[in-house]
Formats: sequence, structure tokens, C-alpha cells
Amino acid sequence: MNTLPRWADIALLPVLNVVLAFLVGGLIVLAVGQNPLEAVGIMLYGAFGYGSGFGYTLYYTTDFIFAGLAVSLAYHAGLFNIGPEGQAYVGGLGVILIGLALNGTHWAIMFPLMIIVGALFGATWAFVPGYLQAKRGSHIVITTILFNFIATSMMSYIISRQLKPAGVNSDESAPLEAITRVPQLRTFIDLFKNSPVNLTFFLAIAALIFVYWLIWHTKFGYAVRSLGNNPVAAGYAGISNQKLIMIVMAMAGALAAMVAVNNVGGVQGRLILNFVNGAGFVGVAVAFMGRAHPVGVGLSALLFGILYQGGQELAFQMPGITREMIVTIQALVILFTGAMGDMLRAPLARLLTRAGATAGGK
Amino acid sequence: MEQLIVDLTLILDSTTRLAVPLILACLAGLYSERAGIVDIGLEGKLLAGAFAAAATAAVTGSAWLGLLAGIGAALVFSGIHGLASINFKGNQAISGVALNFLAAGLTTFLGQSWFKRGGYTPQLSGDRRFNPITLPFANELREVPIIGQIYYELISGHNIITYFAFIAVPVTAWVLFRTRFGLRLRAVGENPKAIDTAGISVTRLRYQALIITAVLVGIGGAYLSIAQSAGFNNNMSAGRGYIALAALIFAKWRPGPALLVCLMFGFLDAVQFRIQGQEFPIIGEVPVQAIQALPYILTVILLAGFVGRAVAPKASGIPYTKER
Repeated sequence: MNTLPRWADIALLPVLNVVLAFLVGGLIVLAVGQNPLEAVGIMLYGAFGYGSGFGYTLYYTTDFIFAGLAVSLAYHAGLFNIGPEGQAYVGGLGVILIGLALNGTHWAIMFPLMIIVGALFGATWAFVPGYLQAKRGSHIVITTILFNFIATSMMSYIISRQLKPAGVNSDESAPLEAITRVPQLRTFIDLFKNSPVNLTFFLAIAALIFVYWLIWHTKFGYAVRSLGNNPVAAGYAGISNQKLIMIVMAMAGALAAMVAVNNVGGVQGRLILNFVNGAGFVGVAVAFMGRAHPVGVGLSALLFGILYQGGQELAFQMPGITREMIVTIQALVILFTGAMGDMLRAPLARLLTRAGATAGGK
Repeated sequence: MEQLIVDLTLILDSTTRLAVPLILACLAGLYSERAGIVDIGLEGKLLAGAFAAAATAAVTGSAWLGLLAGIGAALVFSGIHGLASINFKGNQAISGVALNFLAAGLTTFLGQSWFKRGGYTPQLSGDRRFNPITLPFANELREVPIIGQIYYELISGHNIITYFAFIAVPVTAWVLFRTRFGLRLRAVGENPKAIDTAGISVTRLRYQALIITAVLVGIGGAYLSIAQSAGFNNNMSAGRGYIALAALIFAKWRPGPALLVCLMFGFLDAVQFRIQGQEFPIIGEVPVQAIQALPYILTVILLAGFVGRAVAPKASGIPYTKER
């Protein structure tokens, strides 16, 4: 049986898979008669070339870190959570409700309150599929998908029929006052002018560190990983699988809800119909690409932040390429790093063994 | 009374139209899931099929070539799914999710690159679409009260894919429960090792199931873009693949109940706009969103085992590794 050395397993294989995904993406761009290298150049300029572009990149990265962590944390417990989209959406309800209830209060008080109430709402929404998986055996993949749809309908009703103030045409809640909103970094740093990146970005960095600590340096994290690796053994070791599944799902939902703090609390200052806009689903790609490790999640979230912000620039500069190319890349990344992650394992192992044998022979 | 029957016929008629893609996608999923392959990617195949059908019909001028292209696109997607989940023994749920994104991204991207209409394909008419078929004597019988009305509105006047979908249900039941292939298909979803021991290739059987899945769901996609509508637009499958998946669970992976559940979901879809703003006794006004969410809520309740129990084929979602 071929086994890979540790460095190849941790670094080389994932990188090769991502490269493969981007190569296929490049071929598709080439197939419609556009120059993929030119596209990459424009994207990099859009993402890093000027202050507000960079700010947008970090803003998207913030969303993707939370969504990626929501998928990753559950994945460590062997649960495939496709629900961050709905969890973030419902989290937005919590953020706006506390925000509107205490509208006008200073953000220094409101920022933590929005985090807590948003997290509670997101956690509740994710807890139900967790409960159904743990106690009733319903498959988490199916239930989280169904809950995304239920969230869409429920939130659409709440926003358009309950929260929408009279006399407003678009489907959105009443606005938060400026002092209540999470401050944007441009108020402190000139570089980020006109970009929405806000204090939630630092919350995302903190979340990465927190999840790393939680999974690898606590008893709880050990239990979660045992559950993911071998639920039967974990059961014999006295770990209550059911309780763990529910707690992990609730935590994942709370993490996903932070997308709402970033958007509702930090940028829009109001709850807008469909504000999550696919960020939760990007989390799936981010988690697989980052191999559910916080360092990987941070890096892949940044990569997707670059793709999303660079994609905007691309749409201006190269009309032949639409932003949907990013969704295609996202799909290819999930496919090659998630579903087909082991495709290159055997050939790579053979190659390395042969190289090792040649080097050893000399 | 007369008016009630007319109204009812019209609602049932649109129920039928809305149920067709659900029925085809649901039967498609039934074949793979019975063979032990979880197919979250039905939504993506439906969308890819719809796009390929409309694009081909627009370019070639033939609805039939469009249909073939729709099936072809679904076959490619099934092939990737098979490669990931059968050959590389990857996670089937992940592969399905990836394929759904792939379809969403590619159809819009290619549509814009090729047709430059913001993701829409050109409007289709005439031979580029599957048009309604008037069954024999439908026009003559139209004036006959009730029966004539039902025959004219409900039975006649659909396109060929609609009739195909309704025929596919009993055919699927027959294949699944009355043929050797069907027996093997069910066995490979429950106990692939037994099939392997009997000297039958698990891989081959599962690929055969995926091919049938692709053909059915590809036809379903073509229905969306070149039969029900006159062209493709962005994300036109609009979650129907997921609804079909829900229907499949609801029907406990059986063809007959699958038809009924799809018709029920189609009915909910058909009435949701009619009841908007209407006051009902006791419950008052029902928000349209509640009706939209109903199929998903019902499926959650069923999955939770509060009413009945939905048990998937035993080996579903588990890649088969031959012992060495």
C-alpha cells in the first residue's frame, strides 16, 4: 500500500488539487476565447492594487472565514454542514432585532450584543438539524439543505411582511443609526477608503485562533475529533455522541451567523432580502480547500476573497468573463479538493517512492 | 358547479405542468439512490440539461437535438459524479454539491459568453420547442360537459415530455420490481458485497444506474427550457432538483408514491399564487412563503420519523471497496 510522507499529505497534495481546479478553470476561460492569464492579472490588481479594492477583499475574506469555520468545525465531528447559508441568514434576524431594539446605543456596547444575539439565532437554526441527526437519525446533509430553503422562505416573509417599514419599496428592514453600526476600518485607516471592511474582520481572525485552540488543545476538541474519526470507538470511550453532535452544530451555526454581523451590523446597517448571497456556500469550498484546519481556512478564505473582489474588477475590464466564473472555480475547488481529494494520492505516492528509490540508490 | 370544475381542471392542469420536471428528476434520483449512490447533484444536472437543451435548440433549430444535448450534459455530470464516487471513492454528498455549483456557474458563464444576453438564451419558437399535442377528438369533445372539458384541458394539450414522464413511472416500477436488472439494482444499493460475490460488477451496475439517472434528469432539464418555457434563464431549475430529492425521501424511494408526492408538490406550487391575499376561515391569510416552504418542512418532519419512517437503501452513500 502506498502511503505519502507527511509533508506531501499536508501541503503538496492539497496544493496540487487546488492547482488542478484552477487549471481546469483556466481551460474553460480559454475555451470561450478569453485569456486566462490576463484575467488573473486583472483580478490580482482588483484585489490588491488599490486601497478600497484591498478593503473589499478583506471584507469578503471575513465572510468566508466564518462560513468556512462553520463547515470545518462540523466536519471535524464527521458532520457535513451545508447550512451556513441559512444559518447566516437567520443570524441576521438576531443582529437586526437587537440592533433595532437598542437603536442609537453606542457600537462599543452593540458590537458584542450583536455578536451574542446573532450567534444565538444562528446556533438555534443549526441546532435543529443537529438534534434531528443526533436523536432521530435524519441525515445532516439533507436536513441542512432543507433548512436553507426553509430559512429563505421564512426570512422572506419576516423581512417583506414584518420588518419592512411602511413607505419603503425595497425588501429591507429599518436602518440602524450610524453610531450603532460596527465601525468600518476606513474611519481609522485611510487606505481602506470607500470599502466596507470593518471591525468584524478582527473577530474573524479571533475565531480562527479560537477554533484552532478548541479543536486541538481542549478535551472538547479531542472528543469532537474522536467522534469524527470513529464514532463507535468514541462511544466506547464514554463520549456522548448525541450531545456532541448537537453542541458542534450549534457552534457551527453561531460561527455562520457572524457573516450577518459583518454584513448587517457592519456594512448595510439593515437587514436586506437575501443578503448572504452565497457566502455560506463559499464556506463549503473554503473548508475543503483548507482541509478544515484554521490556517488552511484562513488562506483559502483570502483566496476566495481575492476571487470575489477581483471578479468584480474582471467584470468591468473583460466583459467576456462574468462573475459566475468564480462560482465555477468554487465548484471545481470543491470537486478536486473535496470529492476527488484522493485522486492524485496513489500516483503521487508512486512517484515519490520511485524518486526516493532513485535517490537512495545513488 | 360548472365553474368549480373548470377552475379545478385548470389548477390540476398547471399542477401537471409543474410536476413534470419533479417527476423526471425524482425518478432519476430513484435509480441512483436505489443503486447506492446519493445524488445531491440532481439540481445541477437539471440546470445543465436545461441550458444545453436551450442552447442547442437555439443554434440548430431542432428541439430534438436540444433534448439530446440536455441528456448529454446530464451524462457528463453523471460521469464526473461516478468518477468521484465510484472510482475515487470520494464523498458523494460533496461531489453532488460541487456539481450543483458547477452547473450554476457554468450555465450563466457560458450563456453570457455565447449569447451575450445576460445569461438568457435566445427566445425559442416553432420547431425549436416541444409544443402541445392535441390528442384525437379533443377539439370535438371539448363541448361535452365535464368529461369533454377534462379531456380537452387536462389530458390533451401537453407536450411529448409530459406524456413521457407519466409513462416513465409505471415503467420504472416494472424495471425495478419485475426485471433481473431491477433486482440487481436494488441489491447493489442494499448489499453490494452480495452482488460482488455473485460475480456481478458493482461498478458496472452503479454506472448503469447513473446513466439512467442522467437520461431522465436531462429530459427533465430539457422540459424546463424548451417545453415549459421558451428558452433558458439563470438558475431556472430554482431548487426543483432539491424538491425532487425531498419527494424521493417522502416517497420512501418507491416509484408509485414518488408520482403522488411530486403531484402534491406540483399542486402546492400551482395554488401558491392563487391563494395569495385570500382570507381563509379560521386560519386567515396564508403567506405565500408558507406554501413555498411546505414541501421542505413536510420532508423534515418525515425524515425526523415523527410520521412514518424514511429509511434509505442501506449502502447508499458508501463507496464499495472490493476485498483484495
